[in-house]
Amino acid sequence: MSELLDLNLVEASKALKNKEISSLELTKAYLKSISDTSSLGAYLEIVEDKAISMAKESDKKLIDGIARPLEGIPIGIKDMFCTKDIKTTASSKILENFIPTYESTVTQNLWNDGAVILGKLSCDEFAMGSSNETAAKGNVINPWLKNKKMSPGGSSGGSAAAVAARSALAATGTDTGGSIRQPAAFCGITGLKPTYGRCSRWGIVAFSSSLDQAGPLTRTVSDAALMLNSMAGYDQKDSTSANLKMPDLIDYLNKGIKGKKIGIPKEYTQDGISEDIVKFYEKSIGWLRDEGAEIIPVSLPHTKYALPAYYIIAPAEASSNLARYDGVRYGARQEASSLDEMYELTRGNGFGDEVKRRIMIGTYVLSSGYYDAYYLKAQKVRRLIKEDFENVYKKVDYILTPSTPTTSFELGKKQDPLTMYLNDIFTVPASLAGLPGISLPVGLDKSGLPIGIQLIANSFDEAGLISTARVLEMSAEFNFIADGAAK
Amino acid sequence: MPNKNTIVDVPTVNKIARLSRLDISEGNKESLTNDLNNILGFVAQLDEVDTSNVEPLASVTGHKLPLRNDDVNDGNIEHLVLKNAPESSSGFFVVPKVIE
Repeated sequence: MSELLDLNLVEASKALKNKEISSLELTKAYLKSISDTSSLGAYLEIVEDKAISMAKESDKKLIDGIARPLEGIPIGIKDMFCTKDIKTTASSKILENFIPTYESTVTQNLWNDGAVILGKLSCDEFAMGSSNETAAKGNVINPWLKNKKMSPGGSSGGSAAAVAARSALAATGTDTGGSIRQPAAFCGITGLKPTYGRCSRWGIVAFSSSLDQAGPLTRTVSDAALMLNSMAGYDQKDSTSANLKMPDLIDYLNKGIKGKKIGIPKEYTQDGISEDIVKFYEKSIGWLRDEGAEIIPVSLPHTKYALPAYYIIAPAEASSNLARYDGVRYGARQEASSLDEMYELTRGNGFGDEVKRRIMIGTYVLSSGYYDAYYLKAQKVRRLIKEDFENVYKKVDYILTPSTPTTSFELGKKQDPLTMYLNDIFTVPASLAGLPGISLPVGLDKSGLPIGIQLIANSFDEAGLISTARVLEMSAEFNFIADGAAK
Repeated sequence: MPNKNTIVDVPTVNKIARLSRLDISEGNKESLTNDLNNILGFVAQLDEVDTSNVEPLASVTGHKLPLRNDDVNDGNIEHLVLKNAPESSSGFFVVPKVIE
């Protein structure tokens, strides 16, 4: 079995097309690995029968020589994506029995390209969190230093843990303020958040609609390119979907970075960032320089205000989006004698603490008398943050930053909500500006935990992001496997 | 926005909870008020930024909201619409009695 698990997505795809392996044996290997690593708690739902039947279908296509780009590749889906006839809970008690009658566009795109579903992956409740601890069914354990019970990050914690533990060959995630990049960094894998509008939001449980974006979590940059090729695309059903064709990212894997300009923002090396991360950040700068890039110091002066602006905008949009959980049309209901009491009890009982906090913050900043001071102010600061990036992209092609200020932390150790929010300090600015970003592992810290580095590109330059990330990946030669991974 | 750490008190939290249609148990109100004050105190640093000539940014897409013709493009899926309803009857969602 282990040889099968050793193959990354690109390698497995090649082996499938050469008929060296079948999708059925690959899928069975992953189903076994899901059961071997079940103590991590990455999966909320495993759809074994569906996986087997999709794998058999793929094997037929492979034999007939009509294989699609992801033919026979077993993947996991973050529980924020609606999957037809498969329970979709967003890790919330309020949706504990919700079975969608439709399929999200992104997952449909993946199935149309031949991918095989293994199951649904845990995340922070409604994707609100940075440690996967707000999930209604409990946290996920990071496969790195497994016995120490470290956080996989969040909100796509189940997705990142599953890819790192080799219980999914790749996974989908969603990223609102860092929810793909931060868990990817914590779990030693690659996570790509595309440009806002690149992947359709249709059928994804809404958190903050002006920020939410789907993307892949994978073992390698090439794997991310293959996944995003299938996930992305214009969709009439999402009014913010970009009607722009994305080039085939595979063509950009080996373009190199000679002559490219890489910006190093001075605001991203602040107090509180771990020494080991600074060390690998500097190494990464050196690697890119050695490969022919020009390194240019830049400034994004409003960086400091990104997190406070985010914690107004995201909760405001969340409070509006989550108004739909009313106990009437879908989701759990608490019985009560009046309609208002039914709403209050349903929502009070169905949402967890972090979700309630954010709904409360959002309601407050949108309420009469406070709207201008908070919400409008945050939207103005958002423009300044976007302009910071626009100014810098007049001078450079890509921006290199650490993905997170620290490596993973022990579960249960960060109780204060505000301290938790600081995890996303390096990922939130690109989210507010709608820019594509990728986190990839470049080394381990002293305790043996992965360190992630982030590259940020200009809008819709996923192709260039992939080229640059590939160069960094080859220089870093990160070949470590988590001790908690399936063998 | 106020700069100190007592921006909301328990009565204000009650009011926001009511607007949010959230039942908050008595025992949690004190700590929730505390959390909200910490978060609102943190976001108050935006006051330092001069935004006097800045337009608010609601969307990064830069494109106009697309419009389509007002044509019916689906329908006859009543059973699917009602499938996840906690309670339905005769093709309707059922809620607690609203009119006396």
